[in-house]
Amino acid sequence: MANSVLIDMTRCIGCRGCQVACKAWNDRSVKKTVMNGNFTNPPELSSECYTHVRFVEKGVGGQPVWSFVKKQCLHCQTPACASVCPVGALRKTPEGPVTYEFERCFGCRYCMLACPFQIPKYEWEKVLPAVQKCTFCADRVKDGLVPSCIKTCPTKTMFFGSREEVIGEAKRRINGHPGKYVNYIYGKEEAGGTSWLYISNVPFQELGFDMNVPQYKLPDLTWSYISSIPVVIGAVFVAGIGSWYATRRQEVQEKEKEGKS
Amino acid sequence: MKTDGSGAHDIKMWTPATVATVLVMLGGAGVAVYRLVSGLGAATRLSDSFPWGLWLAVDVLGGVAMAAGGFIVASMVYLFNMKKYKPITRPAILTAFIGYFLAIVAILLDIGQPHRLWHPAVMWQIHSVMWVVAIHVMLYTTTLALEFSPMFFERVGWHGAARTVQKIMVPVVLFGALLSVLHQSSLGAVFLIIPGKLSPLWFNTKLPFLFLVSAVMMGLSMVGLEAILSSRAFRHPMDTEIFKGLAKALTWVALFYFVLKMYFLVAGPGLAAAFDGSMESRMYLLEMTLSVILPLLLLLGTKMKESVSGLLVIFALVIAGVLINRLNVGIFGLYRHNAASGGFYFPTWMEFAITAALIALAFFIFKMAARHLPLLTSGAASEH
Repeated sequence: MANSVLIDMTRCIGCRGCQVACKAWNDRSVKKTVMNGNFTNPPELSSECYTHVRFVEKGVGGQPVWSFVKKQCLHCQTPACASVCPVGALRKTPEGPVTYEFERCFGCRYCMLACPFQIPKYEWEKVLPAVQKCTFCADRVKDGLVPSCIKTCPTKTMFFGSREEVIGEAKRRINGHPGKYVNYIYGKEEAGGTSWLYISNVPFQELGFDMNVPQYKLPDLTWSYISSIPVVIGAVFVAGIGSWYATRRQEVQEKEKEGKS
Repeated sequence: MKTDGSGAHDIKMWTPATVATVLVMLGGAGVAVYRLVSGLGAATRLSDSFPWGLWLAVDVLGGVAMAAGGFIVASMVYLFNMKKYKPITRPAILTAFIGYFLAIVAILLDIGQPHRLWHPAVMWQIHSVMWVVAIHVMLYTTTLALEFSPMFFERVGWHGAARTVQKIMVPVVLFGALLSVLHQSSLGAVFLIIPGKLSPLWFNTKLPFLFLVSAVMMGLSMVGLEAILSSRAFRHPMDTEIFKGLAKALTWVALFYFVLKMYFLVAGPGLAAAFDGSMESRMYLLEMTLSVILPLLLLLGTKMKESVSGLLVIFALVIAGVLINRLNVGIFGLYRHNAASGGFYFPTWMEFAITAALIALAFFIFKMAARHLPLLTSGAASEH
């Protein structure tokens, strides 16, 4: 079954338990951070940080309101990163996670360029670096366990199930609580659909979500080129042979004329 | 000048320019060693926000575009039977070979795991444009080595081997042309996956075709520039009709490219996007001015195409312009999106040093080939 997750941002209290659980399960080290004017810590995802909670303060009805935005790989249904990887190091597994195999990777970083959500990070400080990103706890999920961030969440912010169940649950919550949620499921269409989806009580663009992510399968763009290659091969081959034959024939005919005269 | 197939030994070895070239190469070699033992983070300013930088845009995208002259001239001579261009075939093929060789060196330094460079050859992933690119680089570099081999065989006196290669040259050149057309366009296709990131001034779904056409412009100009420069530097007279022929071909291709670019500008982001004063619009105008507008004005409106010095300027403009196009697609067109998450990118001195060293290496290899191989001359075997 392809697993999926719904993040209901109205339930998150910003405890960052998911960040800690993620580091513990995935054996990520911690880096010393400094105060930078807001409560988001660490400030960005990195090769040592697969998930973090962004603290966004918004004025709603004259009152300051916190929103807590958990960020991690969205595990696209048709991931751009996996489609562009020249050695098949990134792969969409049938269980849902987009996984990374270090032994294949040769470090071209095309996945980092291609990802519409800026998720893959690189171990720049290492001599032989790896790409790092959220694994969807693929090693837990394949044994029927939920990802460590979901396991540890005290407020059940994340709902785990099949993609159909998750989208159904999102619709049920939006429709069941009129006025509570904005009527949008982020990830339903973004980049052709993702396995991790969000619902929110604050408009997504105000929370820093990229609303310009194309709403179609990105790999189709490159595949339409790659699948045309046999046609190009045929055309160049025919044109090349044709012009060679035509010019050679001309030369032979000219030589024959010279010979006769 | 001797014409026994052993090169032009009257070319002076240690000119001041060559000494400077070698020094730049040595500096680059030192930086390359530092990069390999200390990692990308230590040597470059690449970051999670800017995963690709100068090496990819200039050394790989630019270097490969410069190499396009090889397949163009080889096709003109061997497939279209345009014998006039025979004297520049060997320099053109050598340039292509150097271009690809340098791109491979740049890729080797740019990838995080240089010892796994061979992985795409055995770990096939046909949905990846990068895989297509990697396979093309491998196959075409081999093909270029074969096209280049008669020069080596003549030098060492293996005339039988040289004749054998000459006999299969037509299919080899056809195969090379095929790979080149696909490879040049594939480099454009690499950027098809980022419609939301690359500025609409450059992004459109026909990017592969635009890369191919601009590579043809770049290739023609590169071959012309190099033929002019080498005929001067090595005091090797060359028929000026060759340069004029290249300039004529360049005019047509540049006109076609200009129409394409205008169509995609108007149909895409609109004409106003090129004049809105943003960093992207300025880079776009700079690119367009250097790569097509100025060269076309000079080619069509002035007598510059009548003189070799004038042609030299036009060829240099096109090369600079297409190079800026590759920089725009690889760096500037993405800059706003990449910097939005707080990062910035300006190459370190070490990134510049490697790029400079690779360019120096290109000049050095070309000079050594002119001096020691039948490059500008042609040996007995190739006359048949």
